[in-house]
Amino acid sequence: MSEMIPALDWQAIFVAPWTTEFSIYGWIFLMGFLVCAACGLAGNYLILRRMALVGDAISHSVLPGLAIAFLAANAWTNRQAAGEGIDLAVEPSGHGISYGFAIFMGALIAGVLTTLMIEIIHTRTRIKQDAAIGITFSTLFAFGVVLISVYADKVDLDADCVLHGEIAFVSIQPFFTIGTYQLAPSPVIRMGLVAFLTLGLMVVFYKELLVSSFDPGLASSMGINATFVHYALMCWLSVIVVSAFEAVGAILVIAMLILPGATASMLTTRFPIVLMLSLLHAAASSVLGLHLAIWLNSSTAGCMVVAGAGIFCVAWVFSPSQGILPNWLKRRQNSKCLPSGEIGTETVGES
Amino acid sequence: MKYLRLNLIGWILLLFMAALTPVHAARIGDITEISVWDQTVRFFSFKDPSLRYALTGAILLGLTCGLLGSFLVVRKLALLGDTLSHAVLPGVAAGFLWDMDKNPVAIFIGATVAGLLGSFMVTRITTTTKLKEDTALGMVLACFFGVGICLVTMIQRLPSGNKSGIDKFLFGQAASLGQSDIQLMAVVTLLTFGLVWLFYKELLTVSFDPGFAYSVMIPVAWVHHGFMLLLAFSVVIALQAVGVVLVSAMLITPAATAYLMTDRLHRMLLFACLTGMLAGIMGAFFSFLGHQLPTGPFMVLSAAVLFAVAFFFAPSHGVVIKWWTRRSRSGRVRRENTLKAVFHVLEQEKFRQEGVTLVELAELRRQTLDGTEASCLELVRLGYGTMPPGEKAFYLTPKGMRRAQTIVRNHRLWELYLTDAANYSPDHVHDDAEEIEHILGEDLVRQLERQLNFADRDPHGKPIPSAEEIISAHGTVQSSPPTATGYRKPS
Repeated sequence: MSEMIPALDWQAIFVAPWTTEFSIYGWIFLMGFLVCAACGLAGNYLILRRMALVGDAISHSVLPGLAIAFLAANAWTNRQAAGEGIDLAVEPSGHGISYGFAIFMGALIAGVLTTLMIEIIHTRTRIKQDAAIGITFSTLFAFGVVLISVYADKVDLDADCVLHGEIAFVSIQPFFTIGTYQLAPSPVIRMGLVAFLTLGLMVVFYKELLVSSFDPGLASSMGINATFVHYALMCWLSVIVVSAFEAVGAILVIAMLILPGATASMLTTRFPIVLMLSLLHAAASSVLGLHLAIWLNSSTAGCMVVAGAGIFCVAWVFSPSQGILPNWLKRRQNSKCLPSGEIGTETVGES
Repeated sequence: MKYLRLNLIGWILLLFMAALTPVHAARIGDITEISVWDQTVRFFSFKDPSLRYALTGAILLGLTCGLLGSFLVVRKLALLGDTLSHAVLPGVAAGFLWDMDKNPVAIFIGATVAGLLGSFMVTRITTTTKLKEDTALGMVLACFFGVGICLVTMIQRLPSGNKSGIDKFLFGQAASLGQSDIQLMAVVTLLTFGLVWLFYKELLTVSFDPGFAYSVMIPVAWVHHGFMLLLAFSVVIALQAVGVVLVSAMLITPAATAYLMTDRLHRMLLFACLTGMLAGIMGAFFSFLGHQLPTGPFMVLSAAVLFAVAFFFAPSHGVVIKWWTRRSRSGRVRRENTLKAVFHVLEQEKFRQEGVTLVELAELRRQTLDGTEASCLELVRLGYGTMPPGEKAFYLTPKGMRRAQTIVRNHRLWELYLTDAANYSPDHVHDDAEEIEHILGEDLVRQLERQLNFADRDPHGKPIPSAEEIISAHGTVQSSPPTATGYRKPS
């Protein structure tokens, strides 16, 4: 048991990642932050729309989409390579574009399919929405697991990656190069692109998203198609989830989606401030998680979730408006105002 | 695009594909080629002890999960099961750390405590903050799972942890069940069934009407906590065979299947147990066919196939069955409306003529002549009328007359009832009666007649054909004896 928790080596844990080993941990931190930020921003809308568990469902069901996309792209590149006489084992770069596109499409299809299946099961029968969500995502996830275990030699995914991702390997991925200048590992570039697009879309469609989340009736009276916004959000969510998939896996991404928004909404009620606080939470949890993972020699994504959960717990206890401690103090203060004995009629009469 | 097509063909073909998997599985890393047929024979001859354990385990967990999942589904708590099942992971890891071995009892205790802590956290978060239940569920699920993943990774990186088999808990491997696991599962299953049988009434009341349960002195909170404890037990025993991620499916899918099959809770429990058991057996079988395939996903897919069958073909809630019922009902309504129109034409002529011409009928129904002819031909086919060739007219048979009179009687009685008993004004009652005339049963009609003193005129002054009239004019009419029990669904 004691061998599990290594000694707290200040130099190795807190200083080295930012100095001597920055070229490794810098990318890991950046990747973690980008994942948390993109997920956290989108997750705020899920929380507002009470669809946190639809996010859960989509994060599970992108797995079969991903597996099928891999298989399809594999078949396509193999045929292509056979036609042009390229040996893929020698030139792995032949995979590049078609993989990216296939995965993007797979994610979109999986997102729409999940949303539709949930909708159909719960509108066509008397099964309630929660059970419909449960059936849909567990079935699709099981299908995905079967696909990746049956076609293990063709799908570049393994069960561990599905569960907790491989964010620690991000810095050894091939770098994206412009000319001769090595810019960044390509997963980081991809995730950065998705994160910036998320931010951009949110700024451009801020009003539409806000109104349709808080008041669908008002939204449709303003000419905003709430159903379209719903499906568009689900599609974009599955794109985010699938780009985060490689880094944090299918299940931990739920924490990345919900925790920043939940923590932020503990602290304030203004939506723009909630968005900024969730970005702050994303940064803090990735830094703390990174250090925790180095210390414990454990899964980085898992530790980021643990750190995020820790921050949530602090907010839960100390939040000025809804925290447990301030509420308890307030109650004690109030009970002190009353006379110590029975609440007599005369006290009420005097006031 | 062979693989994209796979996605479209449907779940049944998927399972067929799963049956073919050993071919691929053998290629992945297996030394010997396994034939499907040999494996099938091995499976059903129950010779392997590990297979016997796997099968027993699958059956036991199917029974328990089905039973408890039914209560989750009717209480709309399905995703609490999901959260609970993910939240047990840190407990499994902690139980594993107890003596660095797969000690079933330590893991059982650890996992149960973690599961209960998870459901407690959900309750605390929803009661002390403004966060909604779904957010709390998702958060607890993912955070507990994150802690679990950290612990599992740390265990796996220990020198002794690599061959520990803790990763079997993630996707399940029924073949790794041992005798002590099975004993534990049997004890939990017996306990669950015993407690549910003993406290069936309490569970039923709390599930459907907690307010009423509270008023009849049932300790609602204790029943809830006890149920959560049982649920945590059932999740934990299912872990090794199904895996942490997919246990929730074994709780939800069989129960949802049963929910579509019946309206009575005790029958639903039975169906859910059977579905769960069947899914367990099928899952164990398909994963046995391959080499080292995880059991959990196959069980879940088997359960999903059963659900899909129920979704389409369940007796009264299946989509196809509902569609068929609606179609045949709208056909009946259409036919009855035509019969009624024929009766109205005859009545206008004071029954002086035998038949009606299609032109008269089309005018009354504001329909094209072709449409009228088509609906009349439909009636002829069912024996309600005749259309002599060459003559553009329609004659009612005695059977058709009886049916038409019954419908008109239903309509006028209901109009009279609305004006007399419900104080509707006479010009507001037609539309309502137009709909209910197709539904009123014989018993309810008798009751209406008695309540309206066997009146013979409707609010618009038209005669109501009485039962005697219908019988005397056309011989016997099949009707139930005049009891005042009201409308009953024909069994």
